[in-house]
Amino acid sequence: MASENDLKSSRISDAPAKASLVNDPKVRAIFYQFLLLVGVVWFFVYIFGNLNANRASQNIRTGFDFFSNTSSFEIGFTLIPYDRASTFADVLLVGLLNTLLVSVIGIVLATILGFALGIARLSSNWILARLATIVVETLRNIPLLLQMFFWYFGVLKLMPNVKQSLELPLFIVFNNRGIVTPEPLFSDNFGIVWTALLVAIIASYFVTRWAKARQDATGIRPPAARINTALVIGFVAIAWLASGASLDWSIPVLQGFNYKNGIHIPPEFLALLWALTLYTAVFIAEIVRAGILAVPKGQSEAAQSLGLKEGDRLKQVVIPQALRVIVPPLTSQYLNLTKNSSLAVAIGYPELVSVFMGTSLNQTGQAVEVVLVTMLIYLALSLITSAFMNWYNARIALTER
Amino acid sequence: MQKKLLLAALAATFGMSATASYAASHGAGTLQAVMDKGFVQCGVTGGVRGFSAPDENNNWTGLEVDFCRALAAAIFDDADAVRYTPLTSTERFAALSSGEIDVLSRTTTWTMTRDTSLGINFVGVMFYDGQGFMVRKSDGITSALELGGASVCIEAGTTTELNAADYFSSNNIDVNTVVFEEQDEVLKAYEDGRCDVYTTDSSALAAERLNLEDPDAHLILPQIISKEPLGPSVRQGDDGWFNLNRWVYFLLLNAEELGVTQANVDDMLASDNPAIKRLLGVEGTYGELIGVSNDWGYRIIKALGNYGEMYERHVGPNTEIGIERGVNALWTDGGIQYGPPVR
Repeated sequence: MASENDLKSSRISDAPAKASLVNDPKVRAIFYQFLLLVGVVWFFVYIFGNLNANRASQNIRTGFDFFSNTSSFEIGFTLIPYDRASTFADVLLVGLLNTLLVSVIGIVLATILGFALGIARLSSNWILARLATIVVETLRNIPLLLQMFFWYFGVLKLMPNVKQSLELPLFIVFNNRGIVTPEPLFSDNFGIVWTALLVAIIASYFVTRWAKARQDATGIRPPAARINTALVIGFVAIAWLASGASLDWSIPVLQGFNYKNGIHIPPEFLALLWALTLYTAVFIAEIVRAGILAVPKGQSEAAQSLGLKEGDRLKQVVIPQALRVIVPPLTSQYLNLTKNSSLAVAIGYPELVSVFMGTSLNQTGQAVEVVLVTMLIYLALSLITSAFMNWYNARIALTER
Repeated sequence: MQKKLLLAALAATFGMSATASYAASHGAGTLQAVMDKGFVQCGVTGGVRGFSAPDENNNWTGLEVDFCRALAAAIFDDADAVRYTPLTSTERFAALSSGEIDVLSRTTTWTMTRDTSLGINFVGVMFYDGQGFMVRKSDGITSALELGGASVCIEAGTTTELNAADYFSSNNIDVNTVVFEEQDEVLKAYEDGRCDVYTTDSSALAAERLNLEDPDAHLILPQIISKEPLGPSVRQGDDGWFNLNRWVYFLLLNAEELGVTQANVDDMLASDNPAIKRLLGVEGTYGELIGVSNDWGYRIIKALGNYGEMYERHVGPNTEIGIERGVNALWTDGGIQYGPPVR
């Protein structure tokens, strides 16, 4: 038996040695891979060489020196200090932050709204389900750019002008220049309050863990939510009172053309956020619906027979299983939302594409460098999002026991 | 044997990359390329009345369009042998340097950076302009210095954006800028009340004001805050094409100076004035110097008239835009338009 096996293996291992190297499938495979690699590398070297040769022959400036030049233009909405004396590197940062702002808020809102719509479509309430269907089918079948124009130019037109602004309670002002809210002015020692908040949040994380462990062990659910609320409010209140930190509000007042003071949220941002959120939410709704439908009906019937309430059935049994189906396509929706935010250039929100690939490109004239940098940034953003979602997906994946 | 073949193939691949002669892009020979394809590809605006905009019959018309038509008249004796590419202000230079268009005639301001680092050359100045501001009359503003706190609508990627930042910061005026990619959207946002101020070249302001629902409710402020010499540009590295463009422009100025108009050009062929004879190709072989027929001057004037006629036709006081000649008059009339002699 053993000798027969030896014989077989020796026959197989002997065979290639006799044939020429050229006929060895392994060598051939490696050789063709190598050939392909050479071809691909040569292609890119040629393309870049060609590009640079042509640009040099046309006397077009090249290189990345322009990043340290003064930008000389203004940007209407920035999260960091910026003026016309700032550099193009600052412009890039301002644009990136503005893109991140709308993307992150958009992703959070779209997820919440998407889950709500997706569940609503499956509701046994006939009117709610129909309404959700109408919303989903309408919004996902109209191009996003048109929706942006609609929200920006259509809705903006209906807003009151500055002098007839709607003054809402809490000193919030609403007009066709957006929303102005009071701005909190923190005293210098306010840091202690923030620290207390942070400590409370960390503490509540451990409370939640403890509560879960206890539930797993004994089946009794401690009131974790109530404990956490008390923790946060208590910590912050004590720190605030003890430190004597003060919080003032800068109230917006009408002066000249516009409201002074307060935080100004431009209508471009609102229109973009709203359009992106709605458009992405309806796709997420469909993903959520598909995910829930993918969970066998027996699962919720089993949960029902255990006596779980409707909310708990969804939360404890159906959603965790549905998430495995939902998360991968959800990731691509998040990526879409971030990339779609570049359409904002049409409605004047100063995000990355608008300030960097638009204005900066035009002022420097260095299209290749600017476009390359912009593409790399979007690529990096997408890869980071994907990495995070893959990690999350692995965490919630079915663990075999 | 087979091994050798494969090695040879491999060596050839490397050899190719070593001796790669890059595909030469445009550069020399634009005129020849234009003659071969039979038309001039002209980059224009998406629609600025008086400069380049489609008329009611959907034909492109305007002062800058006429420059392209003059080129076509000189080359083909057919002013209609032009195809137009409407470009946004951010697309325009890439369109020119990539060879998508032969000449960029799109309200483009001649600046040092553009002239030296974009690989383009400015041919001349079709229109001396300056940046201005438009506001609503109901705001009661009479000077740009009163614009503190205002929202300003601007088109992306223009010198306008830079001038506005310069002007407001040097006068310590705090404004909020809102930047759009398309001129139409800038105007719409201004009209909807998103902005208090619309700023761009004052000629374009005059033209755009007519596109508003109620032009009389808006006012163009007297301040002019910048120099905006608008002119056509071509790719660097093709001096022949550059010369042709440049002399078509000079010819338009010279024709006006010599009193040669579309109406009298046929009579002028019999003129005794040697300058007119040279201009119309009756004497000399000036067309050959720029690669076109010697009667190029006659062709252009016959088809389109001289610079003054173009100006009056598209932006002059008798048009809806109604801009006085001012500095755009010939040097003989107190302006600064000056054409070197054809001789």
